[in-house]
Amino acid sequence: MRAQASPMRQQVRLRGRSYVAFVFAPVVPIVGWLEEIDATLASSPGFFVGKPVVLDLSGVDLSQSAIAHLVGSLVQRNIRVLGIEGVEADRLEANMPPLLSGGRSCVITRTEPLEKREAKPKINSLLLESPVRSGQSIIFTEGDVTVLGSVGSGAEIVAGGSIHVYGTLRGRAMAGVNGNSAARIYCQKIEAELLAIDGYYQTAEQIDASLRNRPAQAWLQGEIMRITPLN
Amino acid sequence: MAKVLVVTSGKGGVGKTTSTAALGAALAQLGKSVAVVDFDVGLRNLDLVMGAERRVVFDLINVVHGVAKLQQALIRDRRLENLWLLPASQTRDKDSLTDEGVGKVIADLRTRFDWVLCDSPAGIERGATLAMRYADEAIIVTNPEVSSVRDSDRIIGMLDSKTVKAETGERVTKHVLITRYDPVRAAKGEMLGIEDILEILAVPLLGIIPESQDVLRASNVGTPVTLNDAASAPARAYFDAARRLTGEQIAMVVPAERKGFMNRLLGRRAA
Repeated sequence: MRAQASPMRQQVRLRGRSYVAFVFAPVVPIVGWLEEIDATLASSPGFFVGKPVVLDLSGVDLSQSAIAHLVGSLVQRNIRVLGIEGVEADRLEANMPPLLSGGRSCVITRTEPLEKREAKPKINSLLLESPVRSGQSIIFTEGDVTVLGSVGSGAEIVAGGSIHVYGTLRGRAMAGVNGNSAARIYCQKIEAELLAIDGYYQTAEQIDASLRNRPAQAWLQGEIMRITPLN
Repeated sequence: MAKVLVVTSGKGGVGKTTSTAALGAALAQLGKSVAVVDFDVGLRNLDLVMGAERRVVFDLINVVHGVAKLQQALIRDRRLENLWLLPASQTRDKDSLTDEGVGKVIADLRTRFDWVLCDSPAGIERGATLAMRYADEAIIVTNPEVSSVRDSDRIIGMLDSKTVKAETGERVTKHVLITRYDPVRAAKGEMLGIEDILEILAVPLLGIIPESQDVLRASNVGTPVTLNDAASAPARAYFDAARRLTGEQIAMVVPAERKGFMNRLLGRRAA
């Protein structure tokens, strides 16, 4: 036993951590493949910013200079390559991203918004062509809701924007739920159980009886809900 | 082409079972082959109204579970040879019904009958949803009062969303049948008017059945009202409704107050 222990050198503490990386698998012609990347970037700029990207070169046979050119092209598009896989180590230069192995594929959940953004501009109104029945709950926080028909007693409409009812409103209507105080509620006949705009509400008891069965609109004036007859 | 029709309402006690029996018997008297199916597992009543309670051997649950064959469970009516009853089980509950099993039974019934009338239990739970699940048409039985009308509205919403037809983008054909309509109380404004009900439900009217002692009398002797006294006011209203179901155009008659002779003589009291 040694009387005096030499001071232990403190080791660098290493921790493991895993991230989900996008795997780019280029195909020939590389120019065409880069155009596809450009198209993706055009529809959703910044999609790859801050995301780890790995190049899988197993599908192509590229020379050292071609790999260097490819990595450079991606850098020009603000895509930084974290590592490369599927290629022999001697094809990579020292200043290139390191060779990786042992990656496992997994589902990238963020791919959905990419496709949606490519599709259409956002729909911000909902049209219902049949009556809303008792017990049904229509929740559409993206915008306006229009009902061609009545809203039954015990039914509920929740809208981010305004609510239009071409029929009798007997149920509950909640407009501007995302904090849109300019939202309004319109109906051909008002017999509502509850009206709410941006959190301010009135129940059937508080609604002026003289308005009943008439076309009316509800809107916010500051913190006061006004219900006035239409026309 | 067989038609599967569900008689439903949401609310209990409005006359689903009475109407199923009366319309089933009326359709059978019009020469159609008819099966009436009791979906009220655990609280069956249709067998009583049809007067077949002493002849039940197998039931819907037995057929759904494959314990009995459909032809073993079907009970032929004593009075009309083309009217059959498929009773519910009284000892089980609605959880014994399976979607798949009900689908099979209905498909089997379709091959044997012109009309299959499903008597739905009250409520919006499993029994009611499975009764309407495979229906082509629906009769929504409504009393002229607000609670019944609101429940009917709820059921119509379910017919438009939870049936096979709705899920495949088609629509269940819907009819409103107003029962227990009392012309005296309607005249006094003590009940919802026909117009109000139809405005709320936005579904075409199949018929108006007047409130009548004849209905109760027929139930008590285990006979559908359309068989017991075919000339009575409710029986005639049910016959008209059955004819409308088969596609006939028949003018709608709103039951009016019938004053007796003495009433007419002494109708108004002088001050």
